[in-house]
Amino acid sequence: MSTPQIQDHRALRFLTAGSVDDGKSTLIGRLLFDSRAILADQLDTLEKRAAGAPIDLSLLTDGLEAEREQGITIDVAYRYFATRQRKFIIADAPGHEQYTRNMVTAAAGSDAAVVLVDITKLDTAAQPVPLLAQTRRHALLAHLLRVPSIVFAVNKLDAVADPARAFAATKSALLAFAQQAGIEVAGVIPVSALRGDNVTQPLAADWYDGPSLLQLLEALPALQERKDGDLLIPVQYVAREGEGTGNQPRTLYGRVAHGRVKAGDTVQLFPSGQQAVVAEVRLAGAAVDVVEAGQSAGVVLDRQLDVSRGDWIATPSTIRETQRFSATLAWLDTEPAVVGRKYWVRHGNRWVQARIAAIESRLDIHTLEATEAHQLAVNEIGHVIVETQQALPVEAYESNRVGGSLIIVDPASNRTSGALLVHECLPS
Amino acid sequence: MNAPLTVEQLLPQLDHTHLDWLEEEAIFILRETVAAFERPALLFSGGKDSCVVLRLAEKAFKTRGKDGEFKGRLPFPLLHVDTGHNFPEVIEFRDRRVAEMGERLVVGHLEDSIQRGTVRLSHPLESRNGHQTVALLEAIEEHRFDVLMGGARRDEEKARAKERIFSHRDSFGQWQPKEQRPELWTLFNTRIKPGEHMRAFPISNWTELDVWLYIARENIPLPSLYYAHPRQVIRRKGLLVPLTEVTPPQAGEQVETAEVRFRTVGDMTCTCPVESPAANATEIVAETLKVTVSERGATRMDDRTSDASMERRKKEGYF
Repeated sequence: MSTPQIQDHRALRFLTAGSVDDGKSTLIGRLLFDSRAILADQLDTLEKRAAGAPIDLSLLTDGLEAEREQGITIDVAYRYFATRQRKFIIADAPGHEQYTRNMVTAAAGSDAAVVLVDITKLDTAAQPVPLLAQTRRHALLAHLLRVPSIVFAVNKLDAVADPARAFAATKSALLAFAQQAGIEVAGVIPVSALRGDNVTQPLAADWYDGPSLLQLLEALPALQERKDGDLLIPVQYVAREGEGTGNQPRTLYGRVAHGRVKAGDTVQLFPSGQQAVVAEVRLAGAAVDVVEAGQSAGVVLDRQLDVSRGDWIATPSTIRETQRFSATLAWLDTEPAVVGRKYWVRHGNRWVQARIAAIESRLDIHTLEATEAHQLAVNEIGHVIVETQQALPVEAYESNRVGGSLIIVDPASNRTSGALLVHECLPS
Repeated sequence: MNAPLTVEQLLPQLDHTHLDWLEEEAIFILRETVAAFERPALLFSGGKDSCVVLRLAEKAFKTRGKDGEFKGRLPFPLLHVDTGHNFPEVIEFRDRRVAEMGERLVVGHLEDSIQRGTVRLSHPLESRNGHQTVALLEAIEEHRFDVLMGGARRDEEKARAKERIFSHRDSFGQWQPKEQRPELWTLFNTRIKPGEHMRAFPISNWTELDVWLYIARENIPLPSLYYAHPRQVIRRKGLLVPLTEVTPPQAGEQVETAEVRFRTVGDMTCTCPVESPAANATEIVAETLKVTVSERGATRMDDRTSDASMERRKKEGYF
């Protein structure tokens, strides 16, 4: 029995992808139920609704009145449970037509994705087993957003005649697809959410000696930006300490995107280009020796400089700025993207005006193949060229999420209309 | 014999990294709120969740000396909506903490809204919990707050599970669940139009257990009624209704004294304690690990009315 070793005790945020009839809600209900995150009164409500029929665990995730009326989930729901090893946050993205928008939202910032595969919908006698389009779509979207760990949970093993053979055939098809798409797979786990097999407790079967789904989740690493190398901090908040006295040092607060910062470091500010030496660093109000990537630092400089929210603190000569870049755009608004229109974009902590200079292609969300297109509507993903009114220190999303992600906001409605993942900077 | 329990004994695997992570996230959200808005305020009721947010705000905005004392002042006032039916221990605690910390407190009185006629009670002892919304929105208007930070958690109730960290309210203070803005990475969309406001929830991702673990770790002061104490109660429909001037016994009901503590603290007319001998935060952690009834199910008369009661109140602008 190969149980994964647990080294990372930080909370794990994972998204669940699958359709209603894949048993996704039942799987989540099972994780919550077995970890005792569902309490007696909540169960009571379900029992009343079931009126004698078996309890529907999926009702636990349908939070809004409109959803219960329509029997569908509309929005990303967050669920919490904890084991003795770890705290978990589930971002549950529903599976109907708003799916891409919800999945993009759930995937941004997730440490892992659990893609549900309903084995009863597959012809497991075929060689190789043909996968469903939605399985490929879920995995490809998670991969596109660079979710670090992608797990396939092969569900409804209780409903197939020869689970050992069916699972083996499905697993090899999933691994072949993943390899072709360049997806690194963290695990392929057989489960029966309905019976609870191999969800929290390991499966007692001679054909499977791997971990249960929960054992695997307990061992996955949480997302971590690199702590070594050059420093980058987006300035979030400039504290006006000692109001009225004039000479108090100001503290520049921001979460370290990568690298680490300590007193004595020489840093450069963007966009002013001015250099200064770090006099003190603070963490949660207290002076400390060093603050690393992922933590919010308070930085006091050795001289008074003109710094405001939206600026960046970096190792000297490491920032490159651009006003033009190529990116993947996930469009989330019911009003289609308009080329040439001025939008607000947020990069780090800075809001600037920007426009989509060109839409070059649309991705087929089942295959991620690009086809020529000049429009993007809601739930569509494409490749675009973006121009910004001011220069930004944009980096590739692949190498730096903080420098490589932006949101687009419609200036008329203030709706969050799109998510941009930067490919590369382009000459102006 | 009965040496006091420690959190480490209860949760041998726990190494506090998840509390550090939750703390980091909350501090980040608090600073984001203050940086992105003109006129923020922090909702402070004296309840445990708002006490946790208050401690997080001290960590976010004050400096802490080697003696552990915080120096400086928060860059926003505290706001409390007083229904006039609050537990006296809680109001006393609220005022004492505010004075100790030297912070500014703004109180919106529901009584004033009743006097103005913007709130009309159907009978004098009606629960004032739902009516808080009017007084809250009137306080927002009077002080021109454009963002309120609060201690709501997504694990409290199903309608809260889909709440954003930055939650937009229209010019009537209403929440539109279908118009919620997608939240991507930590690139929060904090843009609002004049007359609209935002709610910010820095402890969205905390559970009841996380809150008690943090209170134990940080030694956060709380009102005394969170810990076991004898209280006169009435047993009614599976709940322990505290005996107060606004919750008198009904015909045929017995008043008895029980050892109780409150899991949530709100309006006296709708908040019930649970029987418990837990006298400190660590003992409450131990109980929370074994608990089988949700926080609101055990303690709120108003949430029992219907599966969707919280959602309805939230749409109307409730916190």
